[in-house]
Amino acid sequence: MDGTGFEAGKTLEALPHDSAFAHVSGEARYADDMPEPPGMVHLALGLSTVARGRILSADLSAVRAAPGVLHVLTAEDVPGINDTGPVVHDEPAFALSETGESAEIMFHGQCLFAVVATSREAARLAARLARIDYEAAEPILTIDDAVAAGSFLSEPYRMARGDARAAIEAAPMRAKGRIEIGGQEHFYLEGQVAVATPEEGGALHVLSSTQHPSEVQAVIAHNLCLPSSMVTVEVRRMGGGFGGKETQGNLIALAAALAARITGKPAKLRLDRDDDMILTGKRHPFRIDYEAGFDAEGRILGVRFEQWANCGWSADLSAAIADRAMFHADNAYFYPAAEIVSHRCRTNLCSMTAFRGFGGPQGVLGAERLIAHVAAETGLDPLEVRRRNFYAPMGAMPTRSLTPYGMMVEDCVIEEIVEELAESADYAGRRMEIAAWNEASPVLKRGIALSPVKFGISFTTTHLNQAGALVLVYQDGSVLLNHGGTEMGQGLYRKVQQVAAAEFGLDPERVRISATRTDKVPNTSATAASSGSDMNGMAVKKACEEIKARIAAHLGAGFAIFDKGRIVWQGGETTWEAAVKSAYFARVSLAATGFYATPKLAWDRATVSGRPFYYFAYGAAVTEALVDSLTGEYRLLRADILHDVGRSLNPAIDLGQVEGGYIQGVGWLTTEELDWDAKGRLRTHAPSTYKIPTAGDRPERMSVRLWAKGENRELTIRRSKAVGEPPLMLGISAFLAIEEAASAAAGAWTPLDAPATPERVLMALP
Amino acid sequence: MSEGLRFILNGERVAAPGAAPTTTLLDWLREARGLTGTKEGCAEGDCGACTVIVRELAPDGALRQRTANACIQLLPMLHGREVVTVEALGGAHPVQRAMAEGHGGQCGFCTPGFVMSLAHAWETGASAEPEAVVDQIAGNLCRCTGYGPILAAASAARAAPAAAPDHEAALSRLRALRRDLTLTLDHRAEGARFLAPRSAEEFAAARLAHPEATILAGATDIGLWVTKRGFRPAMFLWVGDVAEFGEIGEDEAGLRFGPAVSHERAMAALAPLAPDLGEVWRRFASPQVRGAGTLLGNIANGSPIGDAAPALIALGARLTLRRGAARREIPLETFFIEYGRQDLRPGEFVEFVDVPRPADPMDLRCYKISKRFDQDISSLLAAIHVREEAGMTTLARIAFGGMAGVPKRARAAERALLGRPLDEAAIAAAAAALDEDFTPLSDHRASAAYRMRAARNLLTKFYLERRFGDIRVAGRGRAKPLEDAGERHV
Ligand code: FES
Ligand code: FES
Repeated sequence: MDGTGFEAGKTLEALPHDSAFAHVSGEARYADDMPEPPGMVHLALGLSTVARGRILSADLSAVRAAPGVLHVLTAEDVPGINDTGPVVHDEPAFALSETGESAEIMFHGQCLFAVVATSREAARLAARLARIDYEAAEPILTIDDAVAAGSFLSEPYRMARGDARAAIEAAPMRAKGRIEIGGQEHFYLEGQVAVATPEEGGALHVLSSTQHPSEVQAVIAHNLCLPSSMVTVEVRRMGGGFGGKETQGNLIALAAALAARITGKPAKLRLDRDDDMILTGKRHPFRIDYEAGFDAEGRILGVRFEQWANCGWSADLSAAIADRAMFHADNAYFYPAAEIVSHRCRTNLCSMTAFRGFGGPQGVLGAERLIAHVAAETGLDPLEVRRRNFYAPMGAMPTRSLTPYGMMVEDCVIEEIVEELAESADYAGRRMEIAAWNEASPVLKRGIALSPVKFGISFTTTHLNQAGALVLVYQDGSVLLNHGGTEMGQGLYRKVQQVAAAEFGLDPERVRISATRTDKVPNTSATAASSGSDMNGMAVKKACEEIKARIAAHLGAGFAIFDKGRIVWQGGETTWEAAVKSAYFARVSLAATGFYATPKLAWDRATVSGRPFYYFAYGAAVTEALVDSLTGEYRLLRADILHDVGRSLNPAIDLGQVEGGYIQGVGWLTTEELDWDAKGRLRTHAPSTYKIPTAGDRPERMSVRLWAKGENRELTIRRSKAVGEPPLMLGISAFLAIEEAASAAAGAWTPLDAPATPERVLMALP
Repeated sequence: MSEGLRFILNGERVAAPGAAPTTTLLDWLREARGLTGTKEGCAEGDCGACTVIVRELAPDGALRQRTANACIQLLPMLHGREVVTVEALGGAHPVQRAMAEGHGGQCGFCTPGFVMSLAHAWETGASAEPEAVVDQIAGNLCRCTGYGPILAAASAARAAPAAAPDHEAALSRLRALRRDLTLTLDHRAEGARFLAPRSAEEFAAARLAHPEATILAGATDIGLWVTKRGFRPAMFLWVGDVAEFGEIGEDEAGLRFGPAVSHERAMAALAPLAPDLGEVWRRFASPQVRGAGTLLGNIANGSPIGDAAPALIALGARLTLRRGAARREIPLETFFIEYGRQDLRPGEFVEFVDVPRPADPMDLRCYKISKRFDQDISSLLAAIHVREEAGMTTLARIAFGGMAGVPKRARAAERALLGRPLDEAAIAAAAAALDEDFTPLSDHRASAAYRMRAARNLLTKFYLERRFGDIRVAGRGRAKPLEDAGERHV
């Protein structure tokens, strides 16, 4: 017992999403759904039509003359820095300057100006009327282009342990290869949107579909030359984020804020889907070159990875993303000697950004490709190769526990999970059955693969690992909760509400959770890196503990148990309501803030040493695929997933994250193909051409389970583990299963590049 | 004299006299009516977030109900019909309860659209088996859930006891409205016009008088021009209120479809002709788009990647073109002259397509290849119609989509097959002849090399299937190795 009436880490109830009933009835309001006050103005962005070059001349007279147009925003309208870059200030908000010098055009679809008009339609129609003359230059689009032009965001970054080259050289067997990995569009169903409303005294209120309200606040403040205290950013919910709203909402919110400031009226900018897809960043396309030395038993002795990230035109979060790809180049495998070098290519594409996994998925896929290659060379079952290279299990001698970046893996449970899953999914039996089936089937071929994931939890930029919360208890005993995390569908609000309810021993319905606002909790980090419930849950818990301690002291109890609406202590018992009421009359404060900073973190990027992660989350999946060797088409037949979420804060929400993450990962590696033409124009800028999975793409049979034994060895909130990102990488098993089936068709190992579209599958066959 | 634009919204009559003809139903619902439960995810008919139910009176007086993408339905197309939005379901509909309790939504943005698709299936008594539900929601994208809980909610909703939908009441509302709307809709607002003739004669005359007008059918294509390209024509001429245009004729020789027959209705009529026709239409877009879009619209706008044309060309379909009172009939394949150009004269329109019945349903096999299996535009579509009699190939009509700027017959390949036994050598010759027939292009859907290789392989596949039965990974006739394994490992 920890004093709350709950065992530490007991799984909480599988309640539906906090807005589940409002979602289905259509009552849940997203930013675009708020009633529009009279006089609201609307914006549309004018985007560049070349990928690289200079603006020679710009004629916006037709735009200004179009019906309904009130104003055109260009660089000169921005009183401050005219920049929306989150880390480095290299992203002009409006590239076009009519009186001064326009910024260089860096990608096709870059924002040049914004039209402010009386209606969305008027703004959008007018934005098309600009006449811009460019001096176009040859764009740098691919990793090869960037290498040829020497175009990089920074120097390469290197992590190494031991002498990898020597280890490879000395190994009995060697493999060397390359995998090209495509990017991924977030395709959050709700596009980017912001509504800015001028308030008294020059203050601004901004509703934004952002995962990072504090940053939107800062960006607006810097650009409008306002103190942050004058800008309030609010987010009740987003229609999906997936990382695509971590920084990419900055420009949208800034444009709306600027229009509100200039016109004195509420202003809204909602991007059209095609513009959203063209303008905003995506998952980084990667190329990974690898080289490994191993023995005939498939034991890896040394590896070298060279990772090439296509970062697009600006820095955005690319440094941290490319770092995370490096941190995950080992996935769940111990490399006795390793060297990982990362190159960050700057190209004339949209600025690649955060996307669920944040570089991790690309790193993990590189590791899994390597394993598949080792299996092909040694003739072993790939699962056997995986087993032989896992990090040492938790509690074992830590001789095989050191990562290439110098952190010890102390909590490794991958072996247990994989064994349990291989057993329940009958991996071995099915693999034999499939081999026999393939023998008798000349056209259709099946393949099966198991892939594990180990994912590091924490922002690797250490200072971001902090969170705040505000808990208010009213005289009637009802509780209002606020924290810095944003709700984008992941169920954070519900989980945190359940944490607070458990702390106070109340029914969750007694705890109301309200919109995230920068005027309630300041200086928050983005809801990202899967950290939302870990950090905000802890911050809320601390605030609750503070209030409980005050109530207990007021009751004269040294130690009190809050459970089922009652408070019990040595020598007394009362109800929550009565205690709250009497505490109020005794002038005891019933409001508290909570603050949490993740412990144990000490990562030093400069010396490439320390501990970037608080802990690791683990999981594994087995997928079976069926491939048509005449067309390259395929279908997923079955998937079995076992994932570790520690002690679940809400098993229903966690299962949803695991299943949804898996399918999103499958989409990334199968049908979701981004295609930029030779002029740098995105050709797949709408759901008609960019294909995320539909219900029919889901494996015909699917079993998703949370690992019953899961319990975080670290003191996280109720011993849970973060769940947002790790399951995405389970989708890699589907890619590998398709590869296995293609290999069966080819009669030899047939590595694929990603995404494995039907075309890539067929063209890989002899 | 003409009627004002009127329809029924969630049970109540509404009028929209001042709405521009290009106003979409979605914008009108959200902006004019404040009904924000219907969401915009793409404004092009591909995500389903804007799904609503549309009810109308069929010519026989029955209730016809479908789902539609409000984002690409132009408001005047609703004239005389009934629109049901998520708000009307009240929150306690069995589908809503099952979705909420069964974790069918995460971010919730797609949820109202799924609710409407599932409510439509529920109301019309469609199957709640996962395989059927997958089709029912093929036009709804969800980025969060992975769909499992939604499929489960569909069947949970079916299990729940529930009151019958108010179809009788809807019928009487629609009948009453129809009685009041006796005249042609000639809606004029914001400098544009939307004319909805009520008879074929009236339509032909209007077409002749307004050759510049944009003929509108389901707006599944033109709706996108409006939302994405700023298309604002001076006049629409709509086929949807012409009663005869919605008819499907059937006799011994085959089927006849008018310009207002939706894909969904065409699919039901075509499927018995050949199983693969049903499959082509099932994979054609989504239920929302199939319910609105028309077979003739798909042909008339000359899309190079439309799936309807190659399949119908392989069957030997013929078009009837009408200009005023004059009609001419042409083989479907000659209608497509080149990319973006059809054999259509000023003042003329496509009045019918006649689709002959194949001698044997299995004489026709169609293969659609796309990046994503459902609701995707073909990279390649092959329709292979081959008849063997007394050991010889006596008929070969092979048409491809995606291999040229227009849907096109593979005449050289046909010649390679005709008049000889259908064997491996004949197939190899036909495959080689495809080089003569086509020089495909590379685009974001597929490369030229892939298109050609897959096209050749599809001839092989056709041959193997003819000899050994279906060999498919998905869709109709797909292999079921898990079931064949006797559930041994599950
Ligand atoms: S908004 Fe996407 S289909 Fe209508
Ligand atoms: S719940 Fe978010 S898109 Fe479906």
